[in-house]
Amino acid sequence: MSEPLLRVRDLRVEFALARGTLTAVDGASFDVHRGEALGVVGESGSGKTIALRSIVGLLPRGAKITGGTVEVDGVDVTAAGEDRRRELRGTTVSMIFQEPMTALNPVMRVGDQIAEEPLVRLGQSRRAAKADALELMRLVGIPDPVRRAEHYPHELSGGMRQRVMIAIALSGSPKLILCDEPTTALDVTIQDQILKLLQRLQRELDVALVFVSHDLAVIAQTCRRLAVMYAGQVVETGEVETVFREPRHPYTLGLLRSVPDFDVVRERLASIPGAPPDLASPPQGCRFHPRCAFVQDDCLASAIPLLEVGPGRAARCLHHDQAAADARREPVVAGA
Amino acid sequence: MAVAAEAVVEAQIVEHRRGFARRWYRTPSFVAGASILGLIVLAALAAPLITNHGPTSQDLLNTLQGPSSKHWLGTDDLGRDVWSRLVYGARTDLKVAFLAVLFPFSIGTVIGLLSGYYGGWVDTITNWLVNIVVAFPFYVLIIALVFALGPGTSSIYIAITIVGWVSYARIIRGEVLIAKRRDYVLAAKSGGLSDARILFRHLLPNVVTQAIVFACSDIVLDILAIITLGYLGLGVQPPTPDWGRMIADGQTFLTTHWELSTIPGIAVVITALGLSLLADGLADLLRPE
Repeated sequence: MSEPLLRVRDLRVEFALARGTLTAVDGASFDVHRGEALGVVGESGSGKTIALRSIVGLLPRGAKITGGTVEVDGVDVTAAGEDRRRELRGTTVSMIFQEPMTALNPVMRVGDQIAEEPLVRLGQSRRAAKADALELMRLVGIPDPVRRAEHYPHELSGGMRQRVMIAIALSGSPKLILCDEPTTALDVTIQDQILKLLQRLQRELDVALVFVSHDLAVIAQTCRRLAVMYAGQVVETGEVETVFREPRHPYTLGLLRSVPDFDVVRERLASIPGAPPDLASPPQGCRFHPRCAFVQDDCLASAIPLLEVGPGRAARCLHHDQAAADARREPVVAGA
Repeated sequence: MAVAAEAVVEAQIVEHRRGFARRWYRTPSFVAGASILGLIVLAALAAPLITNHGPTSQDLLNTLQGPSSKHWLGTDDLGRDVWSRLVYGARTDLKVAFLAVLFPFSIGTVIGLLSGYYGGWVDTITNWLVNIVVAFPFYVLIIALVFALGPGTSSIYIAITIVGWVSYARIIRGEVLIAKRRDYVLAAKSGGLSDARILFRHLLPNVVTQAIVFACSDIVLDILAIITLGYLGLGVQPPTPDWGRMIADGQTFLTTHWELSTIPGIAVVITALGLSLLADGLADLLRPE
């Protein structure tokens, strides 16, 4: 296969806190190829958003990449200077945020916000940038773009705002769009429209997507491959279909079991016992062991590497066949 | 359902579009302030049309006259028409006050933007300078500076700028500290926009409202400072008419012709009142919903 568009290797991001160092991302590795969609799943605090933001080099204050590499289109952003990183943003990688209300400038007309990157980044004339903005608005399904372009964000509905956000993300003609929970703040019906739109754009424009979400259904709908993150580590990667049918990490299994499924009547919804660990002092050995149903002595001995468990699949579990066997006994996905 | 939702959004847009137009006349302080100030500005602009004497032309045969059909507000000790001097004085004082607010407003806003956005040593140095200026009482510092620089309008601009930028820098810095954590700043960064563009195109319009409201009340303070300086002989230099100088000149005749000092004094009070009301109304109108 060709060179991946995004190659993350052993990424390590640390926060310097008063009480010590917090490792938000610990050795994350994943690839995204041109035109491909990768899902990154995990609960709050699993490091997925931080991992995403290190790709564009926009970490929050206090966070620092302390190891590993992030290559975007052949450029290692961890080694590149700020100027080089800024050049990549918008035109090679762009981002879509969770809350379209706060991610749009409240006092700027949406048409101007969409036209901004063509104007200042692609060096187009005012007229051409404006035409581009209208074209993009049409592309993302905003009706009556000429009129809507004159509106301010608060004059639009949530779904429209997210469409504007997507149009802005597309305005620099990027090869990769990072989506940080792009549908979490939306109604379910709107959510579906936005996901379909993103899928369509991915297909038509051949743009790669990284989809960060805590919602497995969203990932299942949009992505072919996924990476599951837990406590700053990637604990399982593989094709969505195979991972859902036969998870190889107990955490993935727990996540899948905790999704409400109306086809299977259960006594009560399963949940993973316990809480995610404190990342300033993670548990010894496997980070999931305090919450794991299949824990054994050797899980505590040393840090667990990401093990190859099949073609294109890896899991950070010494007893990965246990989770798989459990999933076979009681399928986690209806019809699987 | 979707159609209904769309209709609601549409109605809100119409509501908003008419928002300012619909609300401004429902804000009494804005209407009152704008009317008072509007009249004064209009009078100042139309000065040659509404006066029948030059503000500096003397008539030594008719000094210290009371109000008459020829001299509506009488004449002063040099036989100059008080009404003309009052109207032309408004011209001088309003112009000087406006410029004296514009400079500190612009400089303070830029410094506040930079120090709030970048933090670090830029912020440290700014806070340092702010604390030094704030440590002095406003009038003492202004008078000392004008005294050192020599009397005149350019000294007033420089002195008020040196003292006044501090308030704007503090206001804007505080607003930027909050605004820069917003997602739209992160979104602008993720679009590869330059810091300059983020600062002036994205942050500035979001944070400048508070500074504008403050400027309206600050201008009152500046007018008073200009009048005070004029009164002390450090301000606008004669023969240019100025309310402060009028009050000072009339002082000699306070026992016999009290109106010479009182009339410009009342003009100052009314102008200050108009500006304060306007500031109050603007604060209400510009407050985010």
